[in-house]
Amino acid sequence: MNQTPAYTTHHPRWYRTRISTYWWSRKWAYFRFIVRELSSIAVAYFVVLTLMQIHALRQGAEAYAAFEEWLRRPLLVTLNAISLFFLLYHAITWFNLAPKAIAARFRGKRIPDILITGSNYGAWLAISVGLVWLLSRG
Amino acid sequence: MAETITLEVSRYRPEQETEPTYQKYEVPVRKDWVVLDALNHIKDKIDTSLSYRWSCRMGVCGSCGMMVNNEPKLTCATFLSDYVPGPVRVEPLRNFPVVRDLVIAMTDFMDKLLRVKPWIIRDQEKPLSEGEYLQTPEELDAYKQFSMCINCMICYAACPVYGLDPHFVGPAAIALAQRYNRDSRDQGSQERLDILSQHDAIWGCTFVGECTKVCPKHVDPAGAIQQYKLEATKEWFKSFLLPWSAR
Repeated sequence: MNQTPAYTTHHPRWYRTRISTYWWSRKWAYFRFIVRELSSIAVAYFVVLTLMQIHALRQGAEAYAAFEEWLRRPLLVTLNAISLFFLLYHAITWFNLAPKAIAARFRGKRIPDILITGSNYGAWLAISVGLVWLLSRG
Repeated sequence: MAETITLEVSRYRPEQETEPTYQKYEVPVRKDWVVLDALNHIKDKIDTSLSYRWSCRMGVCGSCGMMVNNEPKLTCATFLSDYVPGPVRVEPLRNFPVVRDLVIAMTDFMDKLLRVKPWIIRDQEKPLSEGEYLQTPEELDAYKQFSMCINCMICYAACPVYGLDPHFVGPAAIALAQRYNRDSRDQGSQERLDILSQHDAIWGCTFVGECTKVCPKHVDPAGAIQQYKLEATKEWFKSFLLPWSAR
């Protein structure tokens, strides 16, 4: 532990432990937390990929075909599959944590966690179905 | 059931050693014994020099928090029989400086607790003649969970953020601030928000969530902090969009 201003130097004999750099590897819950934090990289990666896709689309049909060709490369497919896994991990853990932050009350009683989580998943499903419908229409 | 169990107790005697060592003690296992009973047995029968804090033996005073096999626990509520055949490692609460053996320095926590003003703040106290401040069961329910905190600091021992950054105000202090913010009799939430919307307070929390898991009183400090973040964000937007409505 670092020197804290609140701890005076008048107690030089207090023993202070140092937190290891690998503190997150000591406990399953800490490890899951770190994976969740790191999964934000996958989220950012997909944002960049989507922006690249939009950019290719604006360049015209030929550029978009080239972009699609580039996406089919085994390396890209592997990278995207791994990133998708972490993206889903991020999304699912995010929805599961949502009731902690939302302490909504109805008629004086707190809304059960399952309703908040459920409505998040419901919205996710509805938007996904809507998108699939929109894309399959044309 | 084994008749005895080995306790590996962390010893730190600053006048003798520069860092803690472990001392083994054989103690009897009894069905109704908790880890604290085993420590009391050691103190009474085996080694009078062992130092540790305890008081009520019933999960109310919050003084007997220690690491039991690497998990922060109230030792008065942790049954010895759950650890058979042992050994059981008992260490001082993590993330705090050790004063002696199992005794940690809690000065930092006390300072932080004071900073969040955990008491009812009124703009103007109403005269005694008007009677007490009344509260409905629903109003009580809004903060009751957070009021169960016994300041045992177990959540601080589970919080890696506090371990890595001792400036972090920490789970219990923020949950207790929420306890008063949610109280219908209190008018000090804006005062507390100024203190708690700092980087070393609610925004320091990365939502590991372990504080809630280890809390022996089911206070849910992680929830309190996330809800506070939401409220602070709303307040910020309000002051940004309607600057004239500010205090």
